[in-house]
Amino acid sequence: MSSLTLYASDVVALARKDLRLELRARDTLPAMLLFVLSTLVVFHFALPTGTSADAAYGLLWIAIVFTALLGLARAWAPEREGGALDGLVLAPCDRSAIWLGKTLAVLVFLTAAELVALPAFALFFAPVDLVAVAGVVLASVGICTVGSLLAAMAAASRGREVILPLLFLPLAIPLIVGGVGAGISPQGASYLSFLALYDLVFAILAWATFEYVITE
Amino acid sequence: MSSRNNLPLLAFATAALLGIAVALALLVAPEDVDQGVSQRIFYFHVPIALTAYLCFGLGAWKALRLLWVGGERRDLESYTWIHQGTIFGALTLITGSIWAKASWGVWWSWGSNQLVLFLVLFLFYCAYFMLRFSVDEGARRERICAVYALFGVALIPVSFFAIRLASDFIHPTVFTREGPQMTGTMFGTFLVCWAAITLLAYVMYRIELVGKRTDANLRELREALS
Amino acid sequence: MSQGQYVALAYGVVLVFVLLWVVIIAAKLSRLERETGELADLARERSADG
Repeated sequence: MSSLTLYASDVVALARKDLRLELRARDTLPAMLLFVLSTLVVFHFALPTGTSADAAYGLLWIAIVFTALLGLARAWAPEREGGALDGLVLAPCDRSAIWLGKTLAVLVFLTAAELVALPAFALFFAPVDLVAVAGVVLASVGICTVGSLLAAMAAASRGREVILPLLFLPLAIPLIVGGVGAGISPQGASYLSFLALYDLVFAILAWATFEYVITE
Repeated sequence: MSSRNNLPLLAFATAALLGIAVALALLVAPEDVDQGVSQRIFYFHVPIALTAYLCFGLGAWKALRLLWVGGERRDLESYTWIHQGTIFGALTLITGSIWAKASWGVWWSWGSNQLVLFLVLFLFYCAYFMLRFSVDEGARRERICAVYALFGVALIPVSFFAIRLASDFIHPTVFTREGPQMTGTMFGTFLVCWAAITLLAYVMYRIELVGKRTDANLRELREALS
Repeated sequence: MSQGQYVALAYGVVLVFVLLWVVIIAAKLSRLERETGELADLARERSADG
């Protein structure tokens, strides 16, 4: 088995573990689904009548980002509560595989929430086109790659849940710009390429630096 | 590593250079034909912004060296550079806002790409301090802060592109300020001010570093004696 | 406020920032002096006992 396939199987195993844990515990995913739905409903009441679809679209992204934060806050909880993070660090797999596995798991949760959010948004507010969906997909990748690393940092802090949004929101701003732009701008494609650039730059950075974040 | 004894000399040179810079900027440089007196703010505002970028870059460089090579002093050096960057970043926002009010009559404009970029960076680096103070001291904190500093420096160009993209469409009201058609004297004044501000940041960095290192040494001494 | 006053405000803010920084460093310096004094006392006691 080449080292690449070994790496990939480590990643998949780690992600599968998280998904299976969630399937059994069912505490994070239902919360995310309900949260994103409730937020969209709240937006209806928060927006004055006659608000443009574009403004509503901006709020969709707020809903997505904060739902992601909800999921990310719990992302490392299984490792923290079980004391399993030390065990993972000692495991023979590459440390960055831990990050990638976690990112994939969070991405699955976020995608599930978006599968609820986007139809709901199209129903409540305005239709969503293909470019917009592509924007959601690309931005979600960015949210999860950066978010899972920041969540690991937050897990090391005494502030825990409070500090994660502070760390995450400035880094999320370019993603929101990209996502909203993809949805409402006629030059949506340039926003999509920007999102791809963000994903590339920060995925490489997160992949390279993760081991420094979790080793004691 | 002991700090070389050139710090007093450096500080004196900074004071002298700053004095010259202010004199040039306020008295010697000719008044701009289009923008009038308020253009003089440019002589400090832009160097402060450039210096802030430099400080963040140096903070990230020290952070990279910390992760790559190690070494005890790099954590404090990175931290101090980022601290200077945040100070000068705040100054960029304030002087930029004053300049906006003087030029356009508003204290803030989302159309000013540089101001918006600095706002995002300011938020990012404020979170750096929150992160640093919420993690227990030790090697792990050093590494986490170093990684965060690297993310910051990656954020700078990415945010710049994002804001430029956004201003094309999402925030269409853009106040334009033509780059000043600088005469030789104006450009010379700008260079002197830039040198003065950069030197100021460096001296502040050195002084702060001495304080932080002394703090760390004292804490070690205290532990050894008690 | 006139344009000239805005210029003065901008330069003044820079000055105030630097001066505030000096104040903070001065406070840190006096704290360091106090702590060094305490440690010196501690060392003196130590060498007196030992």
